[in-house]
Amino acid sequence: MRFPRWLLSDRTGLVLLAVLMIIGIGVPALNLLVPPDHPLHLTAYTVTLLGKYLCYALLAVSIDLVWGYMGILSLGHAAFFTLGGYCFGMYMMRQIGTRGVYGDPVLPDFMVFLNWKDLPWYWHSFDMFWFAALMVMVVPGLLAFIFGWFAFRSRVSGVYLSIITQALTYALMLAFFRNEMGFGGNNGLTDFKDILGYSIHADETRIVLFVLSALALAGGYLACRWLVSTRMGRVLVAIRDSEDRTRFLGYRVEQVKTLVFTFSAMLAGVAGALYVPQVGIINPGEFAPLNSIEAVIWVAVGGRGTLVGAVVGAVLVNYSKSWLTAALPEVWLFALGGLFVAVTLLLPYGLIGLLRRRRETAS
Amino acid sequence: MPSRTLIRAGFLTFALTLQVLLGVVPAHAADDAAVQATLVQLRDADFDGKAELVETLAASNHPRLAPILKALYDSRLYYQEENNRTVIGLNDAAEITIEDAVTGAALGAVSKRSLDRITANNRLRSLIENRLASLGLASADSQQRKAAVEAFMRNPDPSGAAPLRERLAVETDGGIKESLTLALALADLASDDATVRATAATALGGQMQTEIRGRLTRVAADDSDANVREAAKSALSRTEFRLQLLGWAETLFFGLSLGSVLILAAIGLAVTFGVMGVINMAHGELMMLGAYTTWLTQQWLPVNWSLPVAVPLAFLVTALVGIAIERGIIRFLYGRPLETLLATFGVSLILQQAVRSIFSPLNRSVAAPDWMSGTILLGPLEVTLNRLVIVGFCIAVFALLWLALQRTRLGLEVRAVAQNRAMARAMGVRSARVDALTFGLGSGIAGVAGVALSQLTNVGPNLGQSYIVDSFMVVVFGGVGNLWGTMVAGLSLGVANKLLEPWTGAVLAKIVVLVFLILFIQKRPRGLFPQRGRAAEV
Repeated sequence: MRFPRWLLSDRTGLVLLAVLMIIGIGVPALNLLVPPDHPLHLTAYTVTLLGKYLCYALLAVSIDLVWGYMGILSLGHAAFFTLGGYCFGMYMMRQIGTRGVYGDPVLPDFMVFLNWKDLPWYWHSFDMFWFAALMVMVVPGLLAFIFGWFAFRSRVSGVYLSIITQALTYALMLAFFRNEMGFGGNNGLTDFKDILGYSIHADETRIVLFVLSALALAGGYLACRWLVSTRMGRVLVAIRDSEDRTRFLGYRVEQVKTLVFTFSAMLAGVAGALYVPQVGIINPGEFAPLNSIEAVIWVAVGGRGTLVGAVVGAVLVNYSKSWLTAALPEVWLFALGGLFVAVTLLLPYGLIGLLRRRRETAS
Repeated sequence: MPSRTLIRAGFLTFALTLQVLLGVVPAHAADDAAVQATLVQLRDADFDGKAELVETLAASNHPRLAPILKALYDSRLYYQEENNRTVIGLNDAAEITIEDAVTGAALGAVSKRSLDRITANNRLRSLIENRLASLGLASADSQQRKAAVEAFMRNPDPSGAAPLRERLAVETDGGIKESLTLALALADLASDDATVRATAATALGGQMQTEIRGRLTRVAADDSDANVREAAKSALSRTEFRLQLLGWAETLFFGLSLGSVLILAAIGLAVTFGVMGVINMAHGELMMLGAYTTWLTQQWLPVNWSLPVAVPLAFLVTALVGIAIERGIIRFLYGRPLETLLATFGVSLILQQAVRSIFSPLNRSVAAPDWMSGTILLGPLEVTLNRLVIVGFCIAVFALLWLALQRTRLGLEVRAVAQNRAMARAMGVRSARVDALTFGLGSGIAGVAGVALSQLTNVGPNLGQSYIVDSFMVVVFGGVGNLWGTMVAGLSLGVANKLLEPWTGAVLAKIVVLVFLILFIQKRPRGLFPQRGRAAEV
């Protein structure tokens, strides 16, 4: 078997894939094969936590693709992530069936509670796994396509685009908070029972979800890496560095942008869909502009325009978040805020950039 | 309805005071014994009998009439068996202090058990209210005459209309004359003559008082005569029209007040973003600091004086914080707007957490000074004073900022740097200093906006976050680098929000406006009033 050249030349990427393979096999092994009282045993909680980080990492990769390579700072990527999550949450809601508190075979609990008689049209077909799995990519993709189509065609760029992406996710948050939207309002979707008949509380299901997250991250990384190594990838970088010049050279900048933006949103949607069964809840708070900006800072910490950096940043920042919010909850926002300032001032190319510079000065 | 009763009681106290203080009731008439005799009969009469007795009393024009009727109204009129006389209880204790009903002579305290309470029902009370109203009409004080007419309108019994007609003939005050006419028309609605009823209904058209509208609605539905029903209906439709106009005016005012808040929040951003091209995500948190400064001043100063002190203080505090941010962070990031955005977002998180750690995560309530609470009437429109003050405040801040940018040396330098940094530097403008001061100015205005916000919402660590998206939208909608654009954008977004609200609810209105803005920016990426020329190329 021969690796394509774009992959072979990407040494950090190969390291990432190797690490993903190791944890993809190692973590389930440490959970299933090592007896629970052994110090190396990983609890199901830890596995789920790691799975969550991998989902965040996939979101970060999708942001890095548009920000690092195309220069679009999206402050609304968490919206695509959350939409993907909602789509998959809808599937899991439909799976609850008569096991809900009100025992209605069709309507989810919150609809019974609101005295709804029929399932809204957009909830139909979500009882089928394949349909939900498709929608996980189609819904965020469609939104990104429509949004991008309008925004890029009228050449909204730079901070203006950042601000309207933020407004987009803010508007979605307000909308999903409304009970009338039919997505459970404030509480969102929760109380999930199973996926394809497997209980989401079972350790085995959690392991499978973790492995799937690792695979999705690896797949997402490979797709992005491949994309940026193609001719189109060069155009992306050209757009980032000088949009006008690229346009004058005859490239259809808005088409490229829309395409890549849509692809990135679909990746974010997949990440959200894998995230929701692992945390067991999805609610409108996930749309909060803060979440999107936080995801951007993961990318900045790891190093934008490297893809690997996005993964590193997402895992590092979230690990510190889990640790700090438990140990010193007061300090977390100070730390995060300080991180924003420090990274932009001192580490414009992130941790990966720091490593590369080291290597270059060494050689 | 307790509030209704309270109002009535309040009016009666009014009428009573007036009778006693001004002595307007002629002090002649039937002698005390006759009145006492009537009063004694009250004890055994049924409610119909009591009503007749009250009429007799009202006809007597006795100087003590008002206090007696008032006491009966309040169930404070007692019959004292041992002396066979009627007394008024002045308190409601077991040992009750009494005075003679007819002479008003103090009689000391007696056991409550030795007295028989003379009861009243609501029908009797409304009769009393009506009769007392007629008494008040003769007052020399126009306020009290007005109160008397209003009391009559709440309870327009045609049998009590005669004193109103007499008063109308001699009344000189235009406002009271008008109310008298309305009151008489209301009484005429109960007339036996259908033509009189129809005329009365027509005369009442366009009047917005709830009593009048209620009566007209009933007449329009139940009157036996078709013409009267028609007249009442057309009168009601005129009322509806006026109400609608008033509703629109109210919406407009709410929109303006929301718009002024938006302008206040956005105008500082317009300076930093528009003039300097710097995205300051910590702008909302600077407003929050301004609001906390207000809260702090209120801890030291009396509430009524705190706001005039808080405004300059908040400006100073936030301007200094702003200058610190500019010198410490932003100046290293000029030309990299996206990085500036992230760095200032970090600052906003730090400020939020700092406030949370120092002042607690709970909301602080900032008290409203007396001169900002309550409502006033602008024509027929009732507006809350604090919103009106904020509209005025917004205008003042806007005017000051405009003057500062147009008429001062610093303003000139700011505009020069905004238009062409290199050329301004070549002309000797110290651009670094100008940047710091501009950022300080924008931040200071955010602080001042925070003072205004503290009067409208709770002051808490999340105060800024809820305004940041909105204020960016205002700046972008209006066109970057254009203060007038910001003003127009703020006002129109405020009004649009409030216009949509009745149809869609507050949240959906906000969403609709956001979606509209997202679409608008696609159409006109540079806002309503784009900057023209080379300066527009970022």
